[in-house]
Amino acid sequence: MEENLLIIENIEKAFGSQKVLDGVSFKLNKGDVKVIVGPSGTGKSTLLRCINLLNPPDKGRIYLQNTEITQLPHSKIPSIRQKIGMVFQHFALFNHLSAIDNVALGLIKVKKMNKTDAYEKAMFELKRVGLDQHKDKYPAQLSGGQKQRVGIARALAMDPLLILFDEPTSALDPELIGEVLQVMQNLAKEGMTMICVTHEMGFAKSVANEVIFMEKGKIVEQGPPLKLFTEATHPRTREFLSKISELYGESEKK
Amino acid sequence: MMFFSKLVTYIPSLLKGLGITLELTLLSAIIGFFAAIFLVVGVLYGNRFFKILCNFIITIIRGTPMMVQLFLIYFGLPGINIKLSPLTAAVIAFIINSSAYQAEYLKGGFMAISKEQIEAAYSIGLNKWDAIRLIVFPQAFRFAIPALSNEIVYLIQYTSVAYTIGLPELFYISKNFASKTYMNLEIYLFIGIIYLIFIYIITKLTDIVEKKLYIPGFDTSHLK
Repeated sequence: MEENLLIIENIEKAFGSQKVLDGVSFKLNKGDVKVIVGPSGTGKSTLLRCINLLNPPDKGRIYLQNTEITQLPHSKIPSIRQKIGMVFQHFALFNHLSAIDNVALGLIKVKKMNKTDAYEKAMFELKRVGLDQHKDKYPAQLSGGQKQRVGIARALAMDPLLILFDEPTSALDPELIGEVLQVMQNLAKEGMTMICVTHEMGFAKSVANEVIFMEKGKIVEQGPPLKLFTEATHPRTREFLSKISELYGESEKK
Repeated sequence: MMFFSKLVTYIPSLLKGLGITLELTLLSAIIGFFAAIFLVVGVLYGNRFFKILCNFIITIIRGTPMMVQLFLIYFGLPGINIKLSPLTAAVIAFIINSSAYQAEYLKGGFMAISKEQIEAAYSIGLNKWDAIRLIVFPQAFRFAIPALSNEIVYLIQYTSVAYTIGLPELFYISKNFASKTYMNLEIYLFIGIIYLIFIYIITKLTDIVEKKLYIPGFDTSHLK
């Protein structure tokens, strides 16, 4: 059997009568970087939230390292979640903790590391995102870009198998987007497995090995970024990608 | 200065009364605080049963006068053969009463914490109770400090109600003094000042606690 890190099989999710995901399937290998694009309300965020079981799917299966995670008892879910990092659109930092405590918390409380090792590791991750100088600052004292980089360091600290990025730059001022994308690009180059919901096409072109275009809860088209940008088969894909490229053309140059 | 010469003979009992007032206040505030955490967590995060139970408790307590609760415990319970001393009855009544109010103050704080932070806690592998304990509570508590300090001030004053079941707290002693000496004006002015001093001290203490726990982004001073 092929060694897929993550297999998503035909997942469906509805909120009330609203069907948000309608049979989504894809596979992810170690080191893959997948970018998911699509109009808002298409279920991209819901897809990510299904994967780390924040909103478990109604139907379908998800396998992480060939183990099904969609039928687990409640008590087993946290141990799965710590293997799947998540970076949130609005950062979701713990506001009462300093940058380094945000990063170290999971190490101390979930991984039960001793404090010295945990802070050493947290410091390493903060350095990795270029924030070691700001380790003692609280979220309220950091800029949006810095907050998001702490969010990335927090996810990295748990040594996850993959990281889910849920529109990591869409709440940022334009001049702060670059620093976050830079960190994400470095991670991709270091071999981190990533699924990114983002409209940063420059990022998609430079590091993604696949772009997935979703609409109305379904995957319309998927393929390598260049192929999708230049010779998309589906008219909706072409229409959407050209609109996005127009809108985000500026940040592409960065 | 007849008042002061009479007052001197009353000083030991006044000090005792003050002691009881403070004891009642602190016990109700502190034990009530822990009971309040239980209630608020039950209301916000409990299963259906606990949600309904805790909401029911809060509604009953906030929907009935303190005096009714106190009389029910002290005068009512002997009807089913539970006889309590005035102090025990008062402590129980005030703990119960204060817990419901403190739960409401904490609830406001709990609800101010974004759902995303809880999800972020889950995403690093914390379970529900650790997320509440490590992420939500420390922030909710900070948001609730001004309201909680108000509750202590309120408790100091409201413990005087316990004189009605014969608990010799500060107000009871003063009333006793007044009925023996007819110096109503003097003693109630004097006792008012005593209450004022203690409330001032408590307010300053909670200010210190708030400053000690201060974290950028949690400034509630603008709410005062």
